[in-house]
Amino acid sequence: MADKAGEGAVAVTSGLDWQYAPAPESRDVVAIAPRYGLFVNGEFTQAASGRTFPTINPATEEELTVVAQAGPADVDRAVAAARTAFEQVWGPMPGSERAKYLYRIARIIQERSREFAVLESIDNGKPIKETRDVDIPLAAAHFFYYAGWADKLSYAGFGPDPRPLGVAGQVIPWNFPLLMAAWKLAPALATGNTCVLKPAETTPLTALLLAEVCQQADLPPGVVNVLTGAGGTGAALVAHPGVDKVAFTGSTEVGIAITEKIAGSAKKLTLELGGKAANVVFDDAPIDQAVEGIVNGIFFNQGQVCCAGSRLLVQESVAEQVVDRLRRRLATLRVGDPLDKNTDLGAINSRRQLEKITELTAAGEAEGAERWSPPCELPSRGYWFAPTVFTGVSQAHRIAREEIFGPVLSVLTFRTPQEAVAKANNTPYGLSAGIWTEKGSRILWMAQRLRAGVVWANTFNVFDPASPFGGYKESGFGREGGRHGLAAYLDA
Amino acid sequence: MPDKPAQPDAARLAVRKTYKLYVGGAFPRSESGRSYQVRAAKGGELLAFAAQASRKDARDAVEAARAAFGAWSSATAYNRGQVLYRAAEMIEGRAGQFAGEILAAEGMSMTAARRTVAAAIDRLVWYAGWPDKVAQVAGGANQVAGPYFNFSVPEPTGVVAVIAPAESSLLGLVSVVAPVIATGNAAVVVASEERPLPAITLSEVLATCDLPGGVVNMLTGRTGELAAVLAGHFDVNAIDITGAAAGSRAELARLAAANVKRVFLGEDDWAETPTPRRMLAFTETKTVWHPVGS
Amino acid sequence: MLSSQLRSPQGGDWLAGVSSDAALRQLLHGLPGVDQVGVHARAAALATRSIKKEAKLAALDLAVTMVDLTTLEGADTPGKVRSLCAKAMRPDPADAAVPPVAAVCVYPDLVAAAKAELGRGTVAVASVATAFPSGRASLKVKLADVADAVDAGADEIDMVIDRGAFLAGRYGQVCEEIRAVKEACGPAHLKVILETAELATLDNVVRASWLAMLAGADFIKTSTGKVSPAATPPVALVMLAAVRDFEQASGRLVGVKVAGGIRTAKDAIRYLVLVNETAGRTWLAPGLFRIGASSLLNDLLRQRGKQLSGRYQGQDYFTLD
Repeated sequence: MADKAGEGAVAVTSGLDWQYAPAPESRDVVAIAPRYGLFVNGEFTQAASGRTFPTINPATEEELTVVAQAGPADVDRAVAAARTAFEQVWGPMPGSERAKYLYRIARIIQERSREFAVLESIDNGKPIKETRDVDIPLAAAHFFYYAGWADKLSYAGFGPDPRPLGVAGQVIPWNFPLLMAAWKLAPALATGNTCVLKPAETTPLTALLLAEVCQQADLPPGVVNVLTGAGGTGAALVAHPGVDKVAFTGSTEVGIAITEKIAGSAKKLTLELGGKAANVVFDDAPIDQAVEGIVNGIFFNQGQVCCAGSRLLVQESVAEQVVDRLRRRLATLRVGDPLDKNTDLGAINSRRQLEKITELTAAGEAEGAERWSPPCELPSRGYWFAPTVFTGVSQAHRIAREEIFGPVLSVLTFRTPQEAVAKANNTPYGLSAGIWTEKGSRILWMAQRLRAGVVWANTFNVFDPASPFGGYKESGFGREGGRHGLAAYLDA
Repeated sequence: MPDKPAQPDAARLAVRKTYKLYVGGAFPRSESGRSYQVRAAKGGELLAFAAQASRKDARDAVEAARAAFGAWSSATAYNRGQVLYRAAEMIEGRAGQFAGEILAAEGMSMTAARRTVAAAIDRLVWYAGWPDKVAQVAGGANQVAGPYFNFSVPEPTGVVAVIAPAESSLLGLVSVVAPVIATGNAAVVVASEERPLPAITLSEVLATCDLPGGVVNMLTGRTGELAAVLAGHFDVNAIDITGAAAGSRAELARLAAANVKRVFLGEDDWAETPTPRRMLAFTETKTVWHPVGS
Repeated sequence: MLSSQLRSPQGGDWLAGVSSDAALRQLLHGLPGVDQVGVHARAAALATRSIKKEAKLAALDLAVTMVDLTTLEGADTPGKVRSLCAKAMRPDPADAAVPPVAAVCVYPDLVAAAKAELGRGTVAVASVATAFPSGRASLKVKLADVADAVDAGADEIDMVIDRGAFLAGRYGQVCEEIRAVKEACGPAHLKVILETAELATLDNVVRASWLAMLAGADFIKTSTGKVSPAATPPVALVMLAAVRDFEQASGRLVGVKVAGGIRTAKDAIRYLVLVNETAGRTWLAPGLFRIGASSLLNDLLRQRGKQLSGRYQGQDYFTLD
């Protein structure tokens, strides 16, 4: 039986058991100071209360440094600085000059990109591969893109001379710390607003490095202010009467709280909240690339992505094949040291997040779904969760309805396109969706019917500064990115 | 570093610069072996010899532009924007040299020359922001009455001949070349006949700012001779005749008609912030229909 | 369905009942599509794998054993082939720890010279045949070409498919040619060159891969090296996925050979990463993965020297061929 090659000159031996040696990125490229202050009016200062809080490396639980905790007095000071800068410097400045500041910031991010990448990886737990190839280059690109708009606003479709809103209070999450800062700051600054940015409690360091970049770009004092702190700091910021515009990215729960808090005020609001995206795979899909898309959809950034493809909807006729291939593929995922250049999955950002993932996956098992993870050894210290796939999931299961925000995929099946649409839309969320089929007209048919702000076809989790991003329904409103992203910061 | 800025040293003989053509990323002399004298606007002293390009140089430049068009037009818009911004950075670094050349060529004051260089840099920065936005302004989805998804996008026209303004040797030149290449066209530029030197120095910037060779080709010489060759060339898709002598424009347009070249004429005030029209003049609108069905 | 079709009781004739153009078309065009953008993205992502230290040394040694040391020039002489054979058996005269390569690859008229030099050692003689590289000859001539090489002692035959027939949809003809050549090979191993640059699309690469495997190929090979681009990571990726899927469906292991343009150790290691993470560990062996190359070998030796000594190596310290 000719079932083995190698009967000729070279016999088939079993292949090499090839283990990649550790390939850690050098941590020395970034110097972490023993303590960090707030960035207000162009200078780093301590909080008025003198209070600080630690930030840790979630991969090791090592304390990295301590950071000032901004209180109400600091919020007052930052908003006042932003107001003065808006009225005296940044608002009146010609767009072409604002553009040049943003180009400078973009350039310095590019020049210090490895520093940013390592720092982001250490503070967040995500793999260096992602910070190096996704977070940081996209952040720089975002500044480049909006720099170009600063002197072209009359062509953006919001009237001949659209005006900025004033002071923007911006609260961002921990999953893409620098990138979210760029998504918030770049369009706000391009349109002539000044900003007070509140990074997430667990990931303040790259926002502070970005503040240093603003100094190095000679950005006028007060145009960008960074207040570190926890939920209370964010709440004080968005409620501050001196803030004209609130932009929030984070959970739907907090988003609703903010909306309630500022209801009745004149503040303009945009929200980018949670998601429970369906990734729909038809039987005529390019299967191997669909599998890659599923992996990228739910395991990119450990699944801590609001637009993650957390629900796989696969057509029954190929369900078994897709799940088989998915499992084989997951066995090649490399989980571990985020600074290792070959790591695919890093650490979960915080103990709290790990507990939430653990709780929801336990619920999945309890409700009768079948749980599977590839064999992988998790480090003993730090916050880790193995990539996990649930099959036999029904629409009613909590793991099919609630946002897990972790490396956990729920697999459901469907038979017809109509059923796929119905199931995909059967959620209070509406941030994103994926479609996998080689049939173009079906892609567009599905895209028309999916109630989601971003629809990816034969790809997933791709981002570009030129492309608007944002949700339907409880996933929020307003768009970030692209020409549409300008509207959030203009009186349009 | 010396304590004091270096003073011109009367005892030292300066090394002069040779100005050549810029074709396909290289700096050749004219194949014809010809050159001509370039003189200062005030006083008329000899500044340098410039290459006097021939018909064959123009032909080679079109070949180079055609060869470069494919990769440049399919480069990402982000990449094209970055390259233009890099060009702006590099002019900034040679601002003194440009100011000196403009001063000599146009006879303006040093202050005015510096201001002109600054305006040229800002012009490039303005265009650097456009490549990834032009489709968002000039394209879009078209809501047709039927089960179709229909959208239109601007695409570059191809090889564009540019007759650069005769007077404004740097700012005018940048203002006509940047919009052509921003959208992905490749250009064959005829520099100002009397004031060609800043154009060649600009070419040195373009050669080192990551712009692929052949995307911009710079010819110096007799505008009348070169413009007619390019206007009649069947592998040139469009021509900007802004810099051609008023009396020659009708004839150039007639020559251009033979292969339905797009002909553009825009007598801009170079000091003013431009509009997108120069970019849009050298784009084609492509509309795509696709059915929508399960 | 495909799987049951392929597991015929004899295990020999994979194509029983499937030989007309129409039936083959149905089978090949029924394979899942390939999304080019996705494949390129995956290949680019795998190219960022960082292979260091002992993993690199193991990869370099493995890559040496996978090299089909090749000379396919009109100007080749028996003398050149003899020195190539010496290099193949002992790549680094100064270091006996360097393993021999898998094979030397020459034109048919030089097989005898190679065989004489290599003798009974482990290094095989591979020969391109079937009117290499264009394949533009009658089947009769192609078979005679193969017979020549086999008679002269070739252990492996690298044939080219008729790309014109493939692109015109004459799958039956391509299939019959491969079967006929396989038969003419006798005990010699058959590598089927797809010349992927001429196939133009990745969908075609997958179909040609399956057609060759169904017709009996022991290896599928990217390119002749005479058409650009030769081997590329995206093409290798889909071919590796094809042999993996074919093994799942049929139980038969088919090898992959990448050839052309692979000149650096870095490139070679990138291909090994593709093998490891696409087809899997089984294919990380010279019996199932080959690299057709010439100057690559010296770069592998240089990098090996660097790994062992910690010093960058100069080209003057390695023999030409």
